[in-house]
Amino acid sequence: MNMEATDMQQNLRKEDVHQKEIPEGKKIYLSLPGIRCAACIAKVERQLMAIDGVFKAHVNLSRKRVEVTATSIPIEDLIDQLKFSGIEALALDASMLANLQDNEAKRLSIRLAVAGFAMMNVMLLSVANWSGAGGATRELFHLISAAIALPAALYSAQPFFKNAWAALRNWSINMDVPISLAIFLASFLSLFETLNGGEQVYFDAALSLTFFLLLGRYLDHVTRQSARSAAQDLSALQVHTADRVSDGLIERVATSTLKIDDIVQIATGMRVPVDGHLQDRPMMIDRSILNGETTPVLISAGEMVHAGEVNVGAMGQISVSTLGHNSTLQRLSELITSAENQRNTYTNLADRAARIYAPAVHILAALAFLSWLAISGDPRLAINIAIAVLIITCPCALGLAVPTVSVAAIGKLFTKGFLVKDGAALERLAQVNLCVFDKTGTLTMAVPQVAIANLSETEKSIALALAQGSYHPLSQALANALNKVTPATVEELEEVIGAGVQARYESQMAKLGNGTWLKADFCGFGLKIGKRKPREIPVSETLRPGVQPMISGLKKSGLAVNILSGDRFENAEAIGKVLGISSIISEVDAEEKHAILTELSTVGHKVLMVGDGLNDTAALAAAYASIAPASALDASRNAADIVVLREDFGDLPSVISIARSAVRLSKQNFFIAACYNLVAVPLALLGLATPLMAAIAMSASSLTVLLNALRVKYVT
Amino acid sequence: MNILVILIPVSLILGLIGLLTFVWTVRTGQYDDVKGAAERVLIEEDLEGNSTEYSSDNKG
Repeated sequence: MNMEATDMQQNLRKEDVHQKEIPEGKKIYLSLPGIRCAACIAKVERQLMAIDGVFKAHVNLSRKRVEVTATSIPIEDLIDQLKFSGIEALALDASMLANLQDNEAKRLSIRLAVAGFAMMNVMLLSVANWSGAGGATRELFHLISAAIALPAALYSAQPFFKNAWAALRNWSINMDVPISLAIFLASFLSLFETLNGGEQVYFDAALSLTFFLLLGRYLDHVTRQSARSAAQDLSALQVHTADRVSDGLIERVATSTLKIDDIVQIATGMRVPVDGHLQDRPMMIDRSILNGETTPVLISAGEMVHAGEVNVGAMGQISVSTLGHNSTLQRLSELITSAENQRNTYTNLADRAARIYAPAVHILAALAFLSWLAISGDPRLAINIAIAVLIITCPCALGLAVPTVSVAAIGKLFTKGFLVKDGAALERLAQVNLCVFDKTGTLTMAVPQVAIANLSETEKSIALALAQGSYHPLSQALANALNKVTPATVEELEEVIGAGVQARYESQMAKLGNGTWLKADFCGFGLKIGKRKPREIPVSETLRPGVQPMISGLKKSGLAVNILSGDRFENAEAIGKVLGISSIISEVDAEEKHAILTELSTVGHKVLMVGDGLNDTAALAAAYASIAPASALDASRNAADIVVLREDFGDLPSVISIARSAVRLSKQNFFIAACYNLVAVPLALLGLATPLMAAIAMSASSLTVLLNALRVKYVT
Repeated sequence: MNILVILIPVSLILGLIGLLTFVWTVRTGQYDDVKGAAERVLIEEDLEGNSTEYSSDNKG
């Protein structure tokens, strides 16, 4: 798992960097978040084609991305060219975009079309037979039906055959086993009937079964694929590179090509790409993504820095110390893998239904065959009745029961800004009874809030000038808060490691930094101009928008809420007080968070974990269900079931209620399907079922289930 | 009923043409960018008479 996240936002010292060349004739992908019309398409393609060495540029508006085929040109040139004409472009890591073309969806849609074509034609011929065609006409129609149905069924139903075979080989049974058996037996026994001049054939039933079930499968696939490709886009946006120093030159290389003892330069504001020891000067490091601690720490030469941490002080160099197995990232990802394996033991609703249903159907059909054989002594009649039982009970509606509901629910959640990775996640989410929140970056925003009300106008403009000279989170927050102020002109701007920023303003020294350094009577953040008394700038954490209604909403729906934070207890408690959360666990690292989650589940809690940091990743994977914000690292997003694309968390309680009603509707669908069977099965057992009846029951039950699933739309 | 000898093959062939056309549209990726295709008709072609999409063909 690639977790080395390199922030591409900084263009510092670009001229020193040997730009990465694109191998000849290779395809490059750029994300274009801003494009929305024909004019943009034309502009992007024209601009890119104007560059020497570009063979082809093709914009995909649906995916907001452009595919460029070119000889070796630096990717930065393409981005700069577009930026020049006012189009924002971001490099995408092509290796992360695993399915550039969704071939599986294409194959499924072709199978669906073949099944649909065959079903309609065979149905036309069957209608003629049901309305009384007899003799040679009927036999001819049966033959034509067979010629259409057999190849079509064998081709279209392959996904079911494959899944059923895979399940049988593992000595287990899933929904695909009765489906495959019904399609297979119905087709071949109808062929036998046709050749022997029989009256009733089930070609149309076999085909409509295939068609309806493929439809469910296709819908399921498309929703999951669109969620997955959105998640992939987020990951691919983080290109994993490092600035390697060799012979005094700086070269931007892929993180995977680094070796032990390589020297890597970490520019200000950049994320550390690999574990290493600090070389020369001390460095200010923000560890919040690793341990949730909000205050940056000062580390001196020789000490360890870990991948994922952010350099918020001056530029520094590290020598690579660990790669592969022993690295922090690798240890974390092993923890995640083991946690994920535990969760994969969850059996989804459809499979649980199949475990009861499939044996019941098979036993019923076998009993029908045996008893009719005993009564009439005619094996052909007995087997025909057994097939009628199989087809009538066959889970057309059962196969649609879950996918139609998840498609509708996932689609609804997507419009609310929640990306659900698969239907099983919804089922697990519906069962949670305890919510555990990470603090930094989840309940609070990553950027703290500074109070600037007590500063004068001159002080504000000096503070802004100083703040702009540093990447420290507090300086960044201050610069954001002062965005309407014009910065003062300052000289000799300098960052003092572990203390703050200082500069000369009209022959006075202006300092922005911690209280001890300013020799003030407070120890927090402050500003000092010349010999005047230092002014304190109060700092508080900003709550993420919508967090308060979210917590009260969760409590209202009967869920307990906990905070699990890596930050100091005082900080966690302050947030807990504001939100009315009393159970708080603080100062825990990634392994401890994972252990706490495992313990909670052994006590019997079904935990929903919400978190964003690298220290939450293992906990996210270990939780019964998990949610991560889009701002989280890709490791956390991968581990989570649901990614929140919006900044606002206010809709979270409604996600849980939608998940709950989705499960309720799925169960209703099973009940509806069972009701149809309750009427039709006795008739089939008595030998009164006709192919017409099977066709009507099948379409009617599928339609009812489909309409019931659409009721998810009305859940709030 | 002899007319069926003609009508059934005709209906099957017409259906088959529709099916094959659909398969062709899927295979050639015509559903990959539905929104883009709708917008592209609005792009004016250059004076040289080559559309932006294929301008690579005329590039020296």
